Amino acid sequence: MVKQLTVFLENTPGRLARLTRSLGIAGVNMRALMIADTAEFGVVRIICDRPEAAKDALEEAGFSVSVTDVIAVAVPDRPGGLADVLEVLGADDLNVEYAYCFMEQGGSCAVDVFRVERVADAIRVLGDAGIRVLRAEEI
Amino acid sequence: MFQPEYEMMDRERLEALQLERLNSLLARVYETVPTYRRKFDAADMVPHVSSLDELAGVPFTVKDDLRAAYPYGMFAVPMSEIVRVHSSSGTTGQVSVVGYTAGDLDRWSDLMARTFAAAGGTRDDVVQIAYGYGLFTGGLGAHYGSERLGCATIPISGGNTKRQVHVMKDFGTTILACTPSYALLIAETARDMGIDPTQLSLRAGVFGAEPWSENTRAEVERQLGITATDIYGLSEVLGPGVASECECQCGLHVNEDHFIIEIVDTETLQPVADGKFGEVVFTTLTKEGIPVVRYRTRDISRIVPGECSCGRTFRRLERLTGRSDDMLIIRGVNVFPSQIEQGLLGIKGVAPHYQVVLSRRGSMDQVEVQVEVSPEVNFDEVKTLERLRARVRAEITSALAVSIGVRLVEPRFIQRSEGKAKRVVDLRAEGSE
Repeated sequence: MVKQLTVFLENTPGRLARLTRSLGIAGVNMRALMIADTAEFGVVRIICDRPEAAKDALEEAGFSVSVTDVIAVAVPDRPGGLADVLEVLGADDLNVEYAYCFMEQGGSCAVDVFRVERVADAIRVLGDAGIRVLRAEEI
Repeated sequence: MFQPEYEMMDRERLEALQLERLNSLLARVYETVPTYRRKFDAADMVPHVSSLDELAGVPFTVKDDLRAAYPYGMFAVPMSEIVRVHSSSGTTGQVSVVGYTAGDLDRWSDLMARTFAAAGGTRDDVVQIAYGYGLFTGGLGAHYGSERLGCATIPISGGNTKRQVHVMKDFGTTILACTPSYALLIAETARDMGIDPTQLSLRAGVFGAEPWSENTRAEVERQLGITATDIYGLSEVLGPGVASECECQCGLHVNEDHFIIEIVDTETLQPVADGKFGEVVFTTLTKEGIPVVRYRTRDISRIVPGECSCGRTFRRLERLTGRSDDMLIIRGVNVFPSQIEQGLLGIKGVAPHYQVVLSRRGSMDQVEVQVEVSPEVNFDEVKTLERLRARVRAEITSALAVSIGVRLVEPRFIQRSEGKAKRVVDLRAEGSE
């Protein structure tokens, strides 16, 4: 299980720059950043090396931040890799709210991040299917 | 109760006192203020009435009369008698000036002492006056009332919110006096500083100078852990101290020994019965510096029918829904910002801060209500936010009968106020028509 930061953001120029600068000043290194946007606001999701420090820094800078548990799995970088994982979740009636991917550092695997409703169940079924669920320090 | 001999006076004696004071007032203003002499002469009336009902035949005074007499034209005494000058907090170009004699200040102190006593205050209380001191009547008006009651009075004025919190904590403030929107800012600031305001000595608040809803009261009471009392006043009539709530929180007792209140129909301008809504009109019975006769406040409210269980015989003015000056006309529908507030505060997930932005697209008025997403909302999923927005939109649209846009904004996006909250931003005049 991995801690993901979620920031509610105004859809205005410079706001995302301010957010990332705040993290930079705090010495937080991001591994992934994903934005879900609507016409007026955005929801920014961040995976980073030190989520608690990042949350403090962002709140200090006046951002609204929450921490969400997500699942990260290592998926072989080949056709059908992600589908294998999703089929496991689907077979157990686990709905994916959102997902995003990034490449593992220097590795041959993709890292796929999922938000599901029943996190513990998802980790269990993925493990049973032999899929490698990553711990925070592995990212 | 600070002055039970007046506050619980039986109605018959009270009305006899009002009539006597009214006739003295009419004679006085006819003699000393050219505006009234002109109005009374034009209405072909003598400055005397034989019953309170006849007041309905006396001409009204409006804000424009005061403006035309700027600055001192409606003072009823020579400047040598004036010891204090305040001015209204009106928007640009709408300022009117009011003057007080030593006697006026003395009576004002009594009336504000009644207010603090009705809010539960005693000489043992420590009162933090966070209304602005200066030309605005709020600060000094509350100040002298608090002192008159014998409270330890902290004249901190508005602003410097962190210091407000430090003082509140270190000085052991028990009663806070400020605008309701500033009370919310103080609560928010305290929490940011790691201080839980409900754990302090604070137990009551005296809030006014802007219309606020019953839901905002609940919010202020919850966030500060206090009993919040609503007060009413306007500088043209006195300042704070015209009317205030008692512990029953069911309408604001008008100090009828010093003011006659009338509610008039907004179209016909004829007085309406207790319980009916209309424009609030005041006559000052004892003011010397700048008395007003049938002053139209532009405030819309009604008299709460029946007697109050607190024992006061003064009739009660219902909490204001808004000044008619604050009223917005959106696509032909009358809208008060407080209706928007009432709609919002029932919704979990939005903070009690909002702003209404008016603009014009073509010939259509566009209304956007900006509301802050409360930090407690789980905003990780966009659908949660979309649902929240739809809910806010539905609530407000049904409250106003006008369709509006809703924009969710980050916490603290909306400018906080240290005095009267600025709820409406009107960009319509700026756009091309």
